[in-house]
Amino acid sequence: MTHARRNYAGWLFALPALLFILIWLVYPTLWTIRASFYTGIGFDLTRFIGLDNYTRLFTQDPYFFNSSTFPPTGTAVNNVIWLFVFTTLVIVLGLMIAVLAEKVRYEAIVKAVIFLPYAISATAAGIIWLFMYDPNIGLLNAILGALIPGWQPIAFTGDQHLATISMIVAAVWIQTGFTTVVTSAALKGIPTDIIEAARVDGASAWQIFSRIQVPMISSTITVLIVTMIIFVIKVFDLILIMGGTLGGPFGSARVIAFTQYLETFMNGHLGYGSAIAVIMMILVLPIILYNLRQFRREEALQ
Amino acid sequence: MTAPSERAAVARRAAARERESLSARLVEFLNQAPIHLALILISVIWLVPSVGLFITSLRERQDILTSGWWMAFVQGRFTLANYLRVLQPTGSSDTIGLNFINSLIITIPSTIMPVFFGAMAAYAFAWLKFRWRDTIFLVIVALLIVPLQMTFVPVLQLYNDPLAPLRALFGLGGIRLDLPKIQLTSSFVGLWLAHTAYGLPFAIYLLRSFFVGLPRDLFEAAKMDGSSEFGVFARIVLPLSVPALASLTIFQFLWVWNDLLVALIYAQSPSLQPLTVGLNNMLSTYGPEWDIVSAGAFITMVVPLIVFFSLQKYFVTGLLAGSVKT
Repeated sequence: MTHARRNYAGWLFALPALLFILIWLVYPTLWTIRASFYTGIGFDLTRFIGLDNYTRLFTQDPYFFNSSTFPPTGTAVNNVIWLFVFTTLVIVLGLMIAVLAEKVRYEAIVKAVIFLPYAISATAAGIIWLFMYDPNIGLLNAILGALIPGWQPIAFTGDQHLATISMIVAAVWIQTGFTTVVTSAALKGIPTDIIEAARVDGASAWQIFSRIQVPMISSTITVLIVTMIIFVIKVFDLILIMGGTLGGPFGSARVIAFTQYLETFMNGHLGYGSAIAVIMMILVLPIILYNLRQFRREEALQ
Repeated sequence: MTAPSERAAVARRAAARERESLSARLVEFLNQAPIHLALILISVIWLVPSVGLFITSLRERQDILTSGWWMAFVQGRFTLANYLRVLQPTGSSDTIGLNFINSLIITIPSTIMPVFFGAMAAYAFAWLKFRWRDTIFLVIVALLIVPLQMTFVPVLQLYNDPLAPLRALFGLGGIRLDLPKIQLTSSFVGLWLAHTAYGLPFAIYLLRSFFVGLPRDLFEAAKMDGSSEFGVFARIVLPLSVPALASLTIFQFLWVWNDLLVALIYAQSPSLQPLTVGLNNMLSTYGPEWDIVSAGAFITMVVPLIVFFSLQKYFVTGLLAGSVKT
């Protein structure tokens, strides 16, 4: 077969997909980067304002970042809380459940139960947790009421200080299935003779866990942490379902993807919304570069 | 033939062994008791939220409002009325029944197209040589996690008048084209195309890594026998890749079925909206009217649950193969 014909066949096979990617991903991304430097009415983004959208976001938008209060509040702060609390919880819980489940015969059942919320939509999951948090008929208030005498029912998602953490709990419930299944698969990849040898040498269960299992699956844990960071940057459905179109009481539970939607599609600030989208992109950029480096390294090995 | 006394001794020893192993098992079980307790507790915590909403969806409105769902076991009154109510058209267009059909209409093409075009492209990236191939593939790897928020506004603008670029292009050559003005936001087509594009980077990435592992000799032999490139792809590559294609199909299906954001952006007419958007509307118009919201939520969950339980094996394979997309 001639080189020319191969070349031609390759393009032909890739073309439909490449056209989709060009029209729906590449061109729009460039358009949005440009739009983030402009302002105007509707789609008519004609006035170039340089970095004004960005400076406004960090200095004049108390919903995005408010440093006049202590502690600071706003979208950016909420995202940092999500990043640390959510990521820590899903990784630790996933590891814990995977290690414990490995020791029992009904491992598959436990993993399936934990994994179920991951298969359903965040919309349905958000509703399930709104119901858990309901001040009148929710289970959580009922349990707290039974345990604590004189308990006054709390509207968890209706409280400015509790809304974000309530949503994080729901997100942990959704994503722990994913971290559990991936961690569990990695644990099964550790050769059993290593664990056996440690046991014969008198290592305790904790020592086996912390000195052998965790270090041996550290690359999997890294991948999971990266995946969860991407999840946090993109989380949107849960906030809309559990916090409504305001994003929690007085907009107190907004995260970056929510604020992007609100500014662009509800307030009609396309330039401003574009700047927020670009910030989301900048946040994932280190991960993109890391992925590219990993990919090239793996390709070089083959 | 053994003497009766001898047989009795054998039986005694067997019984002793059994007792021993039984007590050993008991000791082991007690040693593991904290583990069992922790796992059972965790499983219960994970199940109870869904069970609570499910029980609620089967209760009468008055019961829901006046007592917690756990009281249903005492009251013993269950009904399917909530399901019937949300599935019936109520005059306005916001019926979960219509949303369910829309979800199917949106999801099926939005699953088939990216899997098919993705497989073709993945074959090219894995086994065919063409200019800039490796550079383009790096761009695709980068696009895997680009936030979709980067694309919404320009794509919407394009959807408002998709033929505008054509008109402009011909305008450059001095030709006036009288093309009709169509709007992709008022049909399913806009959603199909967007979901296809958004699913493609992952589809290509996942399938390419699978295709690369197929034995080269197979293709070479088929080409020797005069098979065309497409023949090799359709008759050799695709049949050999059923497991990978199955996991990708499941993931793309669930991703589209469970999607709220993309549908909110591109399905602006109420008659196009899928279940997730219908549920969101229900919450914002009625507030948490738990009788209908709980039934609606469970109707949304039925399909993913069926997919999960029937295709768990492929589901987990896909999960482990490409944990890049969320």
